[in-house]
Amino acid sequence: MEGLKVSDANLVVYVHPSKATNVSQAILCELSSLLFKFSEIFDGVVLDYDVNTLSEVAKILPGVHPYFGVRLQAKLLLFHPKTDMLLEGKVVKLGQQSIHVIVLGFSSAIIIEEDIREEFKYKVKRGEEVFVGTSHKRHKIKVGTILRFLVKSFDEEILHISGSLVPPHTGSVRWLDKNGEDWSHADRSSKKRKESVGREQMWEHDKPITDASTLSMNTDHTNKKSKGTKKK
Amino acid sequence: MGVKLASERPGFSEMEDVNFTDSELVYHVRDALRSVTLGDSNSYNELIGVIHHTEYLTPDEVALLVTSLKALSGAVSCIDIAHHDSLLSSIFRMSMWSYGPDVMDALVELIISLAASSGKYIDSCLDMLVSNFMPPHYFLALLKQPRGLARKDQVLHRVHSALRDIADLVPLAPLRLLPIILQKMPNVYSKEPMIVIYVENMLRLESGAMGELVGSMILCAVVDRLIDLDVEIEWEDILQDDFSKGIFEMELEDVEETLDDDEQEGDELPRESSSWRRFRGNVVAEKLDSLLVLMFEHLRSCNDVGRLSNVFETLLQSFKQTVMKAHKSKFSQFVMFYACSLDPGNCGVRFADILADIFTGSVSPPDVRMSAVAYLASYLSRAKFLPASFVVNILQRLVGWCWKYTESQDGDINPDAHRVFYSGCQAIMYVLCFRMRSIMDVHRMKSQLFLMPVEALLKHPLSPLKVCLPSIVEEFLRQAKAAHLFTVSETFVFNDLLESEHSRAFGGKERLDMFFPFDPCLLRKSDRYIRPNFVYWSMVRTTYDDDDEEGSSDEDVVDGFMGRSVENIAGDAMAASFEEHDLDLDEFDYSMNKMSITPKNSSNFRFGSELYGSAMRMPSRIRPSTSPESL
Repeated sequence: MEGLKVSDANLVVYVHPSKATNVSQAILCELSSLLFKFSEIFDGVVLDYDVNTLSEVAKILPGVHPYFGVRLQAKLLLFHPKTDMLLEGKVVKLGQQSIHVIVLGFSSAIIIEEDIREEFKYKVKRGEEVFVGTSHKRHKIKVGTILRFLVKSFDEEILHISGSLVPPHTGSVRWLDKNGEDWSHADRSSKKRKESVGREQMWEHDKPITDASTLSMNTDHTNKKSKGTKKK
Repeated sequence: MGVKLASERPGFSEMEDVNFTDSELVYHVRDALRSVTLGDSNSYNELIGVIHHTEYLTPDEVALLVTSLKALSGAVSCIDIAHHDSLLSSIFRMSMWSYGPDVMDALVELIISLAASSGKYIDSCLDMLVSNFMPPHYFLALLKQPRGLARKDQVLHRVHSALRDIADLVPLAPLRLLPIILQKMPNVYSKEPMIVIYVENMLRLESGAMGELVGSMILCAVVDRLIDLDVEIEWEDILQDDFSKGIFEMELEDVEETLDDDEQEGDELPRESSSWRRFRGNVVAEKLDSLLVLMFEHLRSCNDVGRLSNVFETLLQSFKQTVMKAHKSKFSQFVMFYACSLDPGNCGVRFADILADIFTGSVSPPDVRMSAVAYLASYLSRAKFLPASFVVNILQRLVGWCWKYTESQDGDINPDAHRVFYSGCQAIMYVLCFRMRSIMDVHRMKSQLFLMPVEALLKHPLSPLKVCLPSIVEEFLRQAKAAHLFTVSETFVFNDLLESEHSRAFGGKERLDMFFPFDPCLLRKSDRYIRPNFVYWSMVRTTYDDDDEEGSSDEDVVDGFMGRSVENIAGDAMAASFEEHDLDLDEFDYSMNKMSITPKNSSNFRFGSELYGSAMRMPSRIRPSTSPESL
């Protein structure tokens, strides 16, 4: 899946003097406030951080409140989908006019009717709504399917993606992988290898928020991760 | 008010003649929307007209509205935030309370589709749903009728499931929902039904699926609102300035004024004490009362499903940040009391521990520590559900800290410099006034108490006995003497003074020497939740009591202090009724509610002092005297 990158960042976190007794917690708090927000500085939505202090000594700012600046080095996991990137997410709702997908468990995506290629026809089978491929009957999209789609636009404020299923290599990931040999593009195969590696790493995040505990679990996961590797 | 048609095309009002499929309707609407950008707004304006039509809809009009809304749901991708501004504002202004379930369903479906279609509409959709927490003003009167309640159920059920559905489709929606909820919360001046129904919805969210994400902020916001209302109630409305009476004096309630059953609107109380009537006209107090009851019910249901401990942590945080910092909060702290009563072994213990930690720790400023120990003392004394053994352990901590303090001081009496110390000593004495007898009755606890350096502490040159509130000291000394805990050689003559110059000095500007936060709750509805777990002074057996009354239960009133015993018309009935916590026990607290700072001679201070027909009169000797001498 595209759109994810890991960046190295040199940061300075200014800590209020009242937090001087527990600086690491203050830093983690501050960094956590960055999560799931789009940052222009980092050019992406911060999903995770892995932080190390650069220096034991912090400069105190002059002024009424003597904040002190702790220098850090962090690895940040960033998400920034751009137009024409391919993303994957789970379908949570399906209707004739639209398909709703959730990417990485936090970003909502919508694919409207006009952006679903002609190949897919909307049907209701046994009470279940589904999009079925006309030329490939086994290519089905329904609630729970992992879908690969093209990015049309990305709303940075609410992290909402507008997607498209027009290109031929979009659709149900399971079907595409099985029948990938049909698509004989030379560059497609190398791209697929990179994608499958990325996908394995991202699989654990790829859960729709059907209940709130999942979201909090993800955050816990990131906190635990950074606490483990941080050096005092 | 008919809908105008463009005659060339089959219009919406001809639905009954022509059968359209759902998709055809959707395409009609899409056409209407797209035409606006091309300059043709006819069908678009028709659509807005249909939506604006709210009053007295005929079944046909209802069907038209439902169909239009459903068609719009399918066409959300064609809605443009700029061109279709008036349509959007009409949709967002719709109140579900004005319609039947069919329209509600269609509207909710549209809102969910809008929210999921683009980030631009999320905030407005959430805003619209939160606005629907409250009915329009004309509906308020209907809320008391079964018809209104049924409608309320229908609306709120759909609003909350819509919020859940949106959260499923847009995982970050709860993050954006929270500021909207907080910002739209009615302020203290709003009408009571509005603020009550809004808070009801907030608490419903807290226990709902989104609870983990938004719950703690919501609880904090509710407690903030409780405090906002609390501070609007003036202390002068409750207290009287004449402190010539001792703190253990009779709390004055004029029992001869009683209430008809009709006035009570069907609840069980046959009588009402004047302290409650004091607040009858007080609108702010009534709002606070209703909100407290909501919180209590919420806590009870949290306890039923086993999540009280988590909620309690949030409440503790909120208590430390908001309630403790409010200047002498009057009733909001009863939220903590009630929560503790639901789970004494866990929450009850934790609350006391936290307060003791604040007092004995060195992190907090002195006023906060004094406030904490005042809360602790009042809590330990009034909480019926706390076992004496636990109280003794906490006392040990307090005595330990105070004792250690004296070891590092060699000065003399100085109310201001050692005010934290004096507040600690006063707390110890106050708790012992309530609990000494029950501690003495158990051998193990009695030895534990005797091992504590209480005597040495109180006889230290710092002279806490001279500084602390005289009425407390007097009562304590009397009980200590009867229990052979210790005796003082000099007699302390207080002349039944409530306070003294020294106590004022250590109490400081905030008068923390006279802060008893868990004195009986004066709010009528809330008090019924608190009462079963509450220790009234009248219930306390002191160490100098030898007479046990009339074979009643252990917890019954024995009052030797005044040399009077409890007798009233329904004496035995009262004893029996004490077991069931339903019946009103006003005669009790009226006559015997000592050990509290709350209401006194109040002919001047009664609100709405209507005289009700008195069904039963109290014997005249218990009628309070109006002269300021001690009774």
